[in-house]
Amino acid sequence: MELSEHIKTANVEDVTLRRPFHPALRGTLCVTSHHLLFSDRKDEASWQLLILLKNIDAIEKRAVGSSGTITIKCKDLLVLQLEIPGMEECLNIASSIEALSSLESVTEMYPFFYRPSHLTLNGPWGLSSTEQYYKQTERLWDRWRVSTLNSDYSVCPSYPSAVIMPREVDDDKLIRSARFRQGGRFPVLSYCHHRNGMVIMRSSQPLTGANKKRCKEDELLLQAVIDGSELGYIIDLRSAQQAQQARMTGGGFESKSFYSHWKRIHRHHERGKVVQESLIKLVEACSDPSHSVDRWLSKLENSKWLSHVHSALSTAGLVVECVERDGHSVLVHGSEGTDNTLLVSSLAQLILDPASRTVTGFLCLLEREWIQAGHPFQQRCAHSAYSHARLKQECPIFLLLLDCVWQVWRQFPLALEFSEALLLRLAQEVYASNYGTFLCNSEQERCAAGVKENTHCLFQSLLRPDIEEQYLNPLYEPTDLAIWPSVHPQSLQLWTGLFLRWTEYAQNMEEAREEVWSIVKEHHEQAGPDRTNNTLSTHCDTLTPFENLMDELTIL
Amino acid sequence: MEHIRTPKVLHSLVYNVERLPTNSSGSPLIIRCKNFHVYRLLIPQEKDCLDVLASLTQLSCPERYGELFCFSFNPNLDKELREKAWGFINLKAEFSRMGIPCNLWHVTAANHEYRLCDTYPSELFVPKSASPAVIVGSAKFRSRGRLPVLSYFHRDTSASICRSSQPLTGFSARSSDDEQMLQAIMKSNPVSEFMYVVDTRPKLNAMANRAAGKGYENEDHYTNIKLQFIGIENIHVMRNSQQKYLSVGELAAPSMSDFLWGLENSGWLKHIKAVLDAGVFIAKAVAEDGVSVLVHCSDGWDRTAQACSVASVLLDPYYRTIKGLMVLIEKDWVSFGHKFSHRYAHLDGDPKEVSPVMDQFLECVWQLMQQFPCAFEFSERFLIQLHTHIYSCQHGNFIGNCQKERRDLRLQERTHSLWPHLWENRAEYTNPLYRTDHSQTQGVLKPLTTAYCFKFWKGMYGRAEKSVASHQSPADCLNAVREESQQLEEELSSHQEVPREMDAGQGIHMHA
Repeated sequence: MELSEHIKTANVEDVTLRRPFHPALRGTLCVTSHHLLFSDRKDEASWQLLILLKNIDAIEKRAVGSSGTITIKCKDLLVLQLEIPGMEECLNIASSIEALSSLESVTEMYPFFYRPSHLTLNGPWGLSSTEQYYKQTERLWDRWRVSTLNSDYSVCPSYPSAVIMPREVDDDKLIRSARFRQGGRFPVLSYCHHRNGMVIMRSSQPLTGANKKRCKEDELLLQAVIDGSELGYIIDLRSAQQAQQARMTGGGFESKSFYSHWKRIHRHHERGKVVQESLIKLVEACSDPSHSVDRWLSKLENSKWLSHVHSALSTAGLVVECVERDGHSVLVHGSEGTDNTLLVSSLAQLILDPASRTVTGFLCLLEREWIQAGHPFQQRCAHSAYSHARLKQECPIFLLLLDCVWQVWRQFPLALEFSEALLLRLAQEVYASNYGTFLCNSEQERCAAGVKENTHCLFQSLLRPDIEEQYLNPLYEPTDLAIWPSVHPQSLQLWTGLFLRWTEYAQNMEEAREEVWSIVKEHHEQAGPDRTNNTLSTHCDTLTPFENLMDELTIL
Repeated sequence: MEHIRTPKVLHSLVYNVERLPTNSSGSPLIIRCKNFHVYRLLIPQEKDCLDVLASLTQLSCPERYGELFCFSFNPNLDKELREKAWGFINLKAEFSRMGIPCNLWHVTAANHEYRLCDTYPSELFVPKSASPAVIVGSAKFRSRGRLPVLSYFHRDTSASICRSSQPLTGFSARSSDDEQMLQAIMKSNPVSEFMYVVDTRPKLNAMANRAAGKGYENEDHYTNIKLQFIGIENIHVMRNSQQKYLSVGELAAPSMSDFLWGLENSGWLKHIKAVLDAGVFIAKAVAEDGVSVLVHCSDGWDRTAQACSVASVLLDPYYRTIKGLMVLIEKDWVSFGHKFSHRYAHLDGDPKEVSPVMDQFLECVWQLMQQFPCAFEFSERFLIQLHTHIYSCQHGNFIGNCQKERRDLRLQERTHSLWPHLWENRAEYTNPLYRTDHSQTQGVLKPLTTAYCFKFWKGMYGRAEKSVASHQSPADCLNAVREESQQLEEELSSHQEVPREMDAGQGIHMHA
């Protein structure tokens, strides 16, 4: 069926659009294969609203006399109302939106049709590959190598074609280790610390099962990772009890007797549906301004969203402690190794590694640790907080990552090169995008669908100088130190920029942000290019959170 | 903590001292301060620990004013400067800034020598049309003689904020003088046909007061008033709420749920919202509807002071400047007999008199700063500094419970004033985002009071968390950038030396 066959009514005149904090507008509504377009043609300077249909999470229809009202709830949390004259038109529009906003086939999605004149499809896609990353990271050359055993995705369908492995372990052993890990996700290198060469590895759970099976090659692989040093840490993202229970369904954990140099620490993390429901509850609490303070706090608590933020940052802090303070390598995994595992390993890198705190570095981190590492974006982000559809595999783990990064940025307002705006942009793009970056669930699927040949890359586009400028932190001042966030509950806050984005609350903050920019820009103009470098510098002899004082200026 | 500094704690700031059981390394002592700092000491010898405990306990609750630190604090100012310092804030000048006296309002000598009301200032501003007899009669009909007088005059609309204590209505009493007084206040706003009486108490509390011969205005007796209850709880509820709130901050390793549940259970943010709601109601009435408001609670020195001053901050950009906030505190709190020494336990006294009334006002201002980051000349640090000084007794400004008491203590001769000291150091307290010509700086603030706008004030209440040492803030960074820009600009635009004071005075043009 052609996409256009879903469109029974393409145009309706005299539609009234209501948005938060704007006067109602009358204009023409138009449905295309991928967009909802509203244009107000009253004046010459016509105003248009263009919404990707994929951004629409839920719609509600209501009949008022002979006309109908459609409430559109978007995945970026915006809520709109359309009053459409004529019941039939209203129902047609609604059914088109319903059908076209939930396309299953990747190649029918908008990124495959997005062809802006300033971008060309030829040329490399993405920012970096495993091979390039290896080439750039000199500290890896001695003990690590690039293995292409997964070049046809047969060893692990959700891994990229190349992974970084200890030199002394050959591909045969890796294949055996892969068979011993859920989904074939054998331990691979995620990060090598620039101070001491210690590494963060990640994997899925070992398939020890009820009979406590073992795999010599897996043990050897991990032994090679710590290479003669006495100890490594396994951070298991499940409680000890959950890990025990996993054995009943064929999963399990690394037992002390077979992995004698590895110390296992369990940290419970919620996953899947529970996290999705947290998002739903939180967004619901935020969208009712009539709550009393008591009720609001109770709903905020009940949503548990901040508890997830708390757990993620705490465990990332633990990984950092093992690597930076104790000087040991770490293996992180939960069950599948595609969600919380990536969350924890990428947060740990942000805290440890100054290179991941620049705009480019951060996007490279996301590309490596989320896109290439096989976070199933398509499944996880199929729906957001408003959908009435029965939940399948939705889970806002990536949103949780962005929230955690925001908390770090709030506590260290000078340490990241990017600003909140970049995080907000990513929060939007991950659910609905013109670009192909977040399509599919793995490299293999992207390859099969021809994503790299037929869509544009978001990260590349964000790095174009004129675009990147919007996402810079005016106060950025690089530091080589680890930035340890405080995880005390009073240090963590609701991410108002995201969750209250469409309220009045966000508007004053925007003005404040502009003010910060104008102060800094004025300064740069005064100082001239040769003096800009030393002027923002303020002494950072120790890096502890500034959040006390951040409360003075939570908007930066 | 990594930065080594010798901590100095004024005795007057000590809230309590707790000794934990002696262990192998010594005797631990926990000192909790009224500004929410917590110090943990380890004293090797148990005997020394007991001695420290005994002296601290004694020194932290002096029994007489003479023992307070302000009477021995000597910053080496000569007599002339000290006197000049006390004149730094001038309330007469403040009323004339508002345009008072004018053809509608004037100063009355009725409270000369505090004969009408001993907790009011000696100079009161009342409607010109109120006769001396009406003034005296109204004072007689108000609890403790605290009659309705002018607190703030809004030039743009001619509407005013007046304040008083509750009327002595009981179940049926009335006073034609008091009724005429309110009529006079209403008439002082020529265009308006009615006025609001805002009773900041919960209605139930106000009704209960009738049994004691007090109460609230009967709308049948007072013509053209609209009575509005706001529902700010009394000082005892607030004291308990803050205690619970503080204990949330002290939890050892709370989970997110423990913390949020603790916040909810303390009720503190709910009370902050109530105070802010009162201010918003009054500011709206005055600025948007052009209607005058009389504000009272029971005695008119706690909730009334909160509501009037929050409303003033919303209404008048001047009160959002460093000097303006000082003036506002001097006017609505100090001069109108907010009982500083009782509320902040300057002396060993009745613990039931203690309550964080001023804390709540300062927090309301902080919450507003969160919503309007460019609207305030001062930073959070200024509020925290004020809070500490209200408790510290280092200066004479907040000693005693009313103007008369301060006069009798001869504070101006025997102590120093805080205000010039803060003013000299104002560079430390400026908000880099403040610009006099910014849109947020102008006009009336209309804050949201949706529940999700109220945040935990970490800068104030998070000070027990030891792991956090802040060396630097984005505000400092921006201030530095800004200062440097200005210097560069001056270098560029002129080759002459510019006096240093000039650029230190940024942001004061409003009241220069």
